[in-house]
Amino acid sequence: SPEFLGLGCVLCSSVEQKIYVVLNETVPCVRLLNATHQIGCQSSISGDTGVLHVLETESDLDWILSSGPHPPYMVIMETAFFNRSVMMRMKNSSRVAGVAVIISKTGLADNFSPHTTCPNQNTGVCSYGSDLANCNGTVWNPLGNGLSYEDFSFPVFALKDENQTQVLRKCYEDHNQRVNGSAPQYPLCAMQLFSHMHAVTDTVTCMRRTDLQNRFSINPEVLCDPLSDFNVWTSTRPLNNSAKGHAADESVVIAATRLDGRSFFWEQAPAAEGTVSGIVTLLATIQALYPVTQEAPPPRNIFFSFFQGEAFDYIGSSKMVYDMEKNDFVIDMNNVHSMLEIGQVGLLSGRSLWMHSDPVSRQNKSVSEMMSRMQSAAAGLKLTVNHPSVSQPLPPSSFQRFLRARRIPGLVLADHNTSFTNRYYESMYDDAENLNVTYPSGLTPDEQLVYETDAAKSLAEVATLVARSLYLQAGGEENNLNNITADPKIVAQVLYGFLVQKNNSWFRSLLPPEVTKKGVNSILSPGPPQFYIGLGPRVHGPAHSVTRFVQYILANLTGTVTNLTESQCQNPSELSTENKDLFSYFWVSGPASVNSTGEPFCVRASVRLSEAVSPAFELLEYGSRNYSTWTESRWKSIRARIFLVASRELEMLTLGVGVAVLLLSLLVTYFISSKAELLFSSARETPTTTY
Amino acid sequence: MTLAVFFGCAFIAFGPSFALFVFTIAKDPLRVIILIAGAFFWLLSLLLSSLVWFIAIKASNSQDLTLQRGLLIFGVFFSVLLQEVFRFAYYRLLRKATEGLAAISDDDGSAISVRQMAYVAGLGFGIMSGAFSMINILSDSLGPGTVGIFGDSQYYFITAALMTLALTLLHTFWGVVFFEGCEKSRWWVIAAVVSLHLLVAGLSLLNPLYEGSLPPVYVITLATGVWAFFSSGGSLHSLSALCTRRKAEGESS
Repeated sequence: SPEFLGLGCVLCSSVEQKIYVVLNETVPCVRLLNATHQIGCQSSISGDTGVLHVLETESDLDWILSSGPHPPYMVIMETAFFNRSVMMRMKNSSRVAGVAVIISKTGLADNFSPHTTCPNQNTGVCSYGSDLANCNGTVWNPLGNGLSYEDFSFPVFALKDENQTQVLRKCYEDHNQRVNGSAPQYPLCAMQLFSHMHAVTDTVTCMRRTDLQNRFSINPEVLCDPLSDFNVWTSTRPLNNSAKGHAADESVVIAATRLDGRSFFWEQAPAAEGTVSGIVTLLATIQALYPVTQEAPPPRNIFFSFFQGEAFDYIGSSKMVYDMEKNDFVIDMNNVHSMLEIGQVGLLSGRSLWMHSDPVSRQNKSVSEMMSRMQSAAAGLKLTVNHPSVSQPLPPSSFQRFLRARRIPGLVLADHNTSFTNRYYESMYDDAENLNVTYPSGLTPDEQLVYETDAAKSLAEVATLVARSLYLQAGGEENNLNNITADPKIVAQVLYGFLVQKNNSWFRSLLPPEVTKKGVNSILSPGPPQFYIGLGPRVHGPAHSVTRFVQYILANLTGTVTNLTESQCQNPSELSTENKDLFSYFWVSGPASVNSTGEPFCVRASVRLSEAVSPAFELLEYGSRNYSTWTESRWKSIRARIFLVASRELEMLTLGVGVAVLLLSLLVTYFISSKAELLFSSARETPTTTY
Repeated sequence: MTLAVFFGCAFIAFGPSFALFVFTIAKDPLRVIILIAGAFFWLLSLLLSSLVWFIAIKASNSQDLTLQRGLLIFGVFFSVLLQEVFRFAYYRLLRKATEGLAAISDDDGSAISVRQMAYVAGLGFGIMSGAFSMINILSDSLGPGTVGIFGDSQYYFITAALMTLALTLLHTFWGVVFFEGCEKSRWWVIAAVVSLHLLVAGLSLLNPLYEGSLPPVYVITLATGVWAFFSSGGSLHSLSALCTRRKAEGESS
C-alpha cells in the first residue's frame, strides 16, 4: 500500500488527483539543431506513455527489447547502463516509449563522455591537410561516445532527485515486479513523459518557418532560438569602447578561456575540469597581474577574454573575430600581437603542463620565443611546461578561430599531452569530485568558502605561471616577476562558488542588491551554477548567471571603489570626472555583516560584455559552413507523471457492457412505450382532480 | 483510461436515460419542458445544499479528518432531504400548471396527466443527478491512467457508472411514487421515499466496499421499479393481457 508515498490525499476533491502522481523535478533532453542536423530527444505531442521497467541487469534488457509482454516500455535506466550500445539498441527498438536515466555516482563507469571524439572538428582552423584534420593525427576525446549528438525519437529524462527516484522504484516494485519469472499482472505502473519540440530537421528549415510566421501571422510563433549570450572582456589598460576598429598604438596580448560547457541534458553542465578550471585560472591571473600592471605597466596591453558558447562550434570567439574583421570592436586583428589560451588545466599529472601550438605557425620564430618565455616563468615555480610533438595540431580551442582569420603566434596551455585527461568531458559527472575539490566534513558553508583545497593551490600555481608568462610576453621586466603571485584564497572562493554553492556570502557581496534580494527565481538559487549557454535575454537579467558572476568578480578584482551615489552610478556621463567610454560602473551590495545587509557602493572597472551570437544569424546564412548555426528548439510543456494502467481486456469489457446496456435499454424502452396503453391501462384519468 | 472506457462508462451511465428520452420524451415538447424544469429544480436543491456544506467546511478545521468526514456525511443527508423538499415543491408547481394548461389547451382537458408528469419529473431529476455524478469522472477517464496508484480499486470508473445508472432509475421511480402519494394524500409513501433515498445515499458512503453498496442498491432499484409500476396503473392483469395479446398475435400471424 502506498501510504508512504506521502502524496496521497484523503479527501480528494478531484478524480485526477486519485489517478496521477506528477513528478516535479524534471530534467529533460531537448532538441538542438544546426545547419544540417537535429540532435537530442523528442516526444509525441500528447506525451509518450509506457509501462515502467527498471533496467538493472542484462535480462531486463532482453525483457524490454524482446520478451516482455506489455510493450511499449518506459525504461528506468540505472547509471551503469547509460552508454552508447544500450541507447542505440533502445533507439532502434519500437518497444521503447522513453527513458529515464538515474543520475548517481553508484555504478558509474570509470569514464563517460557523451560528446564526440573530435569536438568542433568542422569549425576550427581549416589549414590542416587530410593527415591532421578531423583528428586523424590525434583523437582529443577518445572516451567520447557521441550520445549528445544522436537524434532520439523518444523522450529521455534525467532523475537527479533521490526521493523522486524512490517513488518510481516503489511503484515499480508494487505493481510491475516479475514474480518467479512470470509476467506481472495488470494494473501496471506506467509513466508518461511530455517533451514535444517544435523545431524539426535543421536550423535552415526552422528559421525559414519562423520567418514565415513573423511575416504573415498575426500571432507569430517562434520555433527555435539561436544559442546566444555574452562574452566578458577586460584589459590592463582601459580601451575606449566607443572607438571601434583599429586602436592606434595598441599592441595587445590576448589571454582567453571558455565560459561554457554542456552535457546530454538541458541546462545541466557542471563542467568542472572542462571549463571551471580555465575560468578560475584566468580570474586568478588577472588578480595576480593587476597590481603590477598599475605600478610597472608593460609596453603592451593585455586583453583578457572569456568566450561563451565554445562548446557549440565557437560561438563567442567566432563573433569576436568577425567583429574585429568588420572593424566593429575596440581592437582589430592588426592590434593583436599574440594569444595565450587556457584550456583544461585542473588535472595536472606530476606538476607538468603542456603548451600546444599550431604546427604551421610553429615554424615562426615568435612561437618558440613565447614558449621559452613561458619556460623561464615556470623555472621559478615548481611547475614544468613541455611542448607536445611538433606535428600535433591544436586541441579544440578558441585560438583556432583567431588562426583561421590571421596567422598570429599563440599557445594553448593544457594539462594533457595528446588526448584529454578529463574522463567525463562535457557530461553531468564533470563536477567538483572530478576536479578533486572536496571539503572535510563538519565545516560550515562560510568555512568551506575560504578553505584552500589542493586543487585550489594547484590552480593558483598555474595562474601564477600564466600571469608571469603574460607579463613577459607583454614586454615586462623580469625583475618584477616575483611580485606576481596568484592568491590561493581567491582561487578557493571562486572554486567554491562555481563548483559547490553559488549562493555564498562572497558572491552576494559582489552582486547588485536587486539580485541578492530576489526570491526563488534569482540567479543565486542554491547549488552550483550550470554552464550551458542558453538563449538570449534571460529571465534573470540581460545575461546568463555565470556571465554575470564573472563580470562582477572582475569588477571586484580590477575595479576601484568610487563614492558615487546609486543614480550617479547608473548615469556617470553626467559627471565630468567619470568616463563611460573607458569604464563600466557597477552598483554592488558590499560585504554583509551579522546584523546588517551591507552598504552598497559604486565600482568603476574596465570590464565589458560583448555579444556572443553566431555571425551566421547576423548574415542570415542559416546553412553556413563557416560559422556556428546551433539553435535550440522551443516547446510548450515539459513534464512527467506516473499512474496505473488497466489491461486492454478490462477496457474492452467496459465498452462491451456499455454497448450492451445501451442496446438493451433501447429495446426495452421501445417495447414498453409501444405497449404503454396496455400496460398502464388504468392510467386514463381526468386530470382535473384537484389536490 | 482511454476512449473505450470513456464510451463504455458513458453508455452504462446514460444509456437507459437516453433511451427513455428518445422514445418517450423527445416527441412531446411539453414533456421536454417538464423534464428540463425538473432538472433545474434538482440543480437548485444541489446548489443550496452544497452552499450549506461549503460554509460548514470553511468554518471548520480542515486538518481534522474525522470532522471532515462527519461533515461530508451530514452534507449528503442534508442534500437528500433538500432534494425531496424540492421534489415536493415541483409537484406543487406542476399541479398549479395543470390548471393553466387545461385552460389554454384545445382539447377538453390537459394534454398531459399527472402520472406522466410524475414520470417526466422523476426522469429530469435522475438525468441531472446522473450528469453531476458522472461527467467529472468521465472526463478523467479519457486520460491514459486508471485509478489505483494510491490503493483505490481499479474498478472505480465502472462502479461509478453503475451507481449512476441505478440512481437515475431510482429518481424516476421515486418521482412516480412520490407524486402518486401526494395525489392520494398518502403520507407514508412520501416518508418511505425519503427513507429509501437516505438509505441509498448511506449505502453509497460505504464505497469503496463495492460489494456492500452496489448489490443492495440494485435490489432497492428493482423493488422501487415494481412499486412504481403498480403505482402508475400497471397490474398483474395488464401484464398477463400483454402476454396473451402477444400470444394471440403470434397465433394469428
